[in-house]
Amino acid sequence: MEDEQSFSDICGGRLALQRRFYSPSCLEFSLSCPRITLRSLTAVTCTVWLAAYGLFTLCENSMILSAAIFITLLGLLGYLHFVKIDHETLLIIDSLGIQMTSSYASGKESTTFIEMGQVNDVVINEAIYMQKVIYYLCILLKDPVEPHGISQVVPLFQSAKPRLDCLIEVYRSCQDILAHQKATSTSL
Amino acid sequence: MGLVSRGAAEAGLGAASAVDRPGPPDAVPNPTPTPPAEGADPGSSRPSMVLKAFFPTCCASADSGLLVGRWVPEQSSAVVLAVVHFPFIPIQVKELLAQVQQASQVGVTVLGTWCHRRQEPEESLGHFLEGLGAIFSHKPWFQLCRERGSKSWSCKATHWQGPASPAASGEDQVMLIFYDQRKVLLSQLHPPTALPNRQAGDTTASAGGLAAVFDTVARSEALFQSDRFDEGPVRLSHWQSEGMEASILVELAKWAAGPVCLFLACLLSLISAASACRVFKLWPLSFIWSKLSTCEQLRHRLEQLTLIFSTQKAESPAQLMRKANMLVSVLLDVALGLMLLSWLHRKDLIGQLADALIPVADHVAEELQHLLQWLMGAPAGLKMNRALDQVLGRFFLYHIHLWISYIHLMSPFIERILWHVGLSACLGLTVALSILSDIIALLTFHIYCFYVYGARLYCLKIHGLSSLWRLFRGKKWNVLRQRVDSCSYDLDQLFIGTLLFTILVFLLPTTALYYLVFTLLRLLVVAVQGLIHLLVDLINSLPLYSLGLRLCRPYRLAAGVKFRVLEHETGRPLRLLMQINPLPYSRVVHTYRLPTCGCHPKHSWGSLCRKLFFGELIYPWRQRGNKQD
Repeated sequence: MEDEQSFSDICGGRLALQRRFYSPSCLEFSLSCPRITLRSLTAVTCTVWLAAYGLFTLCENSMILSAAIFITLLGLLGYLHFVKIDHETLLIIDSLGIQMTSSYASGKESTTFIEMGQVNDVVINEAIYMQKVIYYLCILLKDPVEPHGISQVVPLFQSAKPRLDCLIEVYRSCQDILAHQKATSTSL
Repeated sequence: MGLVSRGAAEAGLGAASAVDRPGPPDAVPNPTPTPPAEGADPGSSRPSMVLKAFFPTCCASADSGLLVGRWVPEQSSAVVLAVVHFPFIPIQVKELLAQVQQASQVGVTVLGTWCHRRQEPEESLGHFLEGLGAIFSHKPWFQLCRERGSKSWSCKATHWQGPASPAASGEDQVMLIFYDQRKVLLSQLHPPTALPNRQAGDTTASAGGLAAVFDTVARSEALFQSDRFDEGPVRLSHWQSEGMEASILVELAKWAAGPVCLFLACLLSLISAASACRVFKLWPLSFIWSKLSTCEQLRHRLEQLTLIFSTQKAESPAQLMRKANMLVSVLLDVALGLMLLSWLHRKDLIGQLADALIPVADHVAEELQHLLQWLMGAPAGLKMNRALDQVLGRFFLYHIHLWISYIHLMSPFIERILWHVGLSACLGLTVALSILSDIIALLTFHIYCFYVYGARLYCLKIHGLSSLWRLFRGKKWNVLRQRVDSCSYDLDQLFIGTLLFTILVFLLPTTALYYLVFTLLRLLVVAVQGLIHLLVDLINSLPLYSLGLRLCRPYRLAAGVKFRVLEHETGRPLRLLMQINPLPYSRVVHTYRLPTCGCHPKHSWGSLCRKLFFGELIYPWRQRGNKQD
């Protein structure tokens, strides 16, 4: 079962939240970030090339122009492969764990999996970010030494940065599954 | 139909030798026909548990049989290791499992049945399979089923209550997780943080969920020894069921490694014994050895080679990786050194270098003389004290003159020496770089001497000034109590003290300028040497074998796992694919870095500036001892 909703992020860009319901114990949320626009790409390229042309008129060395082309290409490739995130996915599997995947614009995927035994809770936190107060969803990890303590906070959807309404949707579904997981684990 | 009769017949054939074999399948008591409840059993109060079954992808196309593996109750998960095919004799299967359990300390049991069929199952097959559940009693009993040629799977897990109590045997939902058995067997998990209170001898019961799966598969090597084509009593299907993999080269290398290691270990122990003999511990030689970085590098390499070729087997995977990293590092070093040597010889660079060395040394000395002439005049418009200026300038000029004479004395032998030194590059690029660093140190020895003279003079002046400044204020330094105390001086003491203080203050700019110039030169040389040492450290400590492994076989170094949900139909169990998440490169380098000589500068920037201000000598590469120069 799949459905898609449209939300906005903290800067006002459009996000699309796709929810896939595989079974009562397995849920996947996919949040796609705003794409790279032609306007910003053109602006950056024009700036770099104007600067290179200015240097060229000063130095009369044509290597500067070829270097500028190389820099633009390599910079774009590097940006797509290492910086620009296309969509972020959260997969929760009851009694197994929570998996976060970030897919970059070049297709590279980086995945982190946290086992259910280490998860204490999933909460929405407030944070002060420059001049704004924003909300973010995070996973609290258990402290191995102290049973009720928290050793680490892992924030989710860091590139997409959705607003509270989107976070509430994700939060509710996560809590359903976590509650079920806690019920089964305490009954053992 | 045919499967049932064949299975039953062959099981019946084996019954002749079995002791406690129950009768033909229809004599097996029928379990209570429970309705296939998908959700919670209305009779039980606990919510429906989801059981996890880890199934190897290689067994997904195997014929029907029994599932063999390990049940982990804390995680409610079953790790399937192999499939035992029909026909089999239950007693022999139990014997094999007992053997494997003893050999590997892993609780391997029969977990359930596996059915790979063409169409819908018949009633009798279902009873037969459930009858097997009575023979190999295991709670819960798994029944996995797959239609041939399609992707629809079904699984049931029943809690067998026993024939005596036909109470409701609950059924739980099962989640299928596929894993690649070979990759999981070969991979090594790198947990993000090592728990401080975890003992090394713990059984896997305390290991976190997925680490238990990895551990189970890795320790069950004994189960994978026999495969489907063996003539043994039990036919198994697992990742080696197409036949055991092996490589002739690897086997030959393993066979040859023993004697070769022994021979090389003897050779290396001879060399270390020779280098540790008493002759080298006499004072001048031991002093020189400790100063030269080449000796340090050679000693480091000797230690590494001794470790690689030691006849003891590596105890842990980490040690094995370290040995492999060292070996690859040494080999690369030698290869780069040989390349450098061939390049030097091809262009006859050694001859050119030897010819150019004397003119370069002359040129450096000339530049220094010009610098001193400039200092003796009015450098940068500052007015110096004429007499002191002349004294210091003449002293340093004479020193340079002596140095140039010695260099000219040595000039006939330079080419021979350089040629022999160039040969040492075949020991490795790091050795060649260390020799280069040492040559630079030797050639700029006069700069070092000037720095020491200037620093000592400046240091004396600063201490004198501070002590006389205290006298000026009527205080003195109490050595016993290590603090400043007040003191009453006589008049003549005060008079002389003030005179001396004034003299020192007015001579300060000259000394300070000489000190500044020579310290800058010394720092320049130190910076060049530092760069060379950095390069040597890089070659020494980079774990190339681990990086190569991460590039070519990323599943060997695992940071964790990742899951992918496979095609899902409603009413069918959830199927996931577990893949290995490889370690990022930065963590590979961080985890498997080789230890280096450890000659890093131990000062922070603040203490360095403080030392420079007070004229204390700085020794950037203090490796052992605190010898005063």
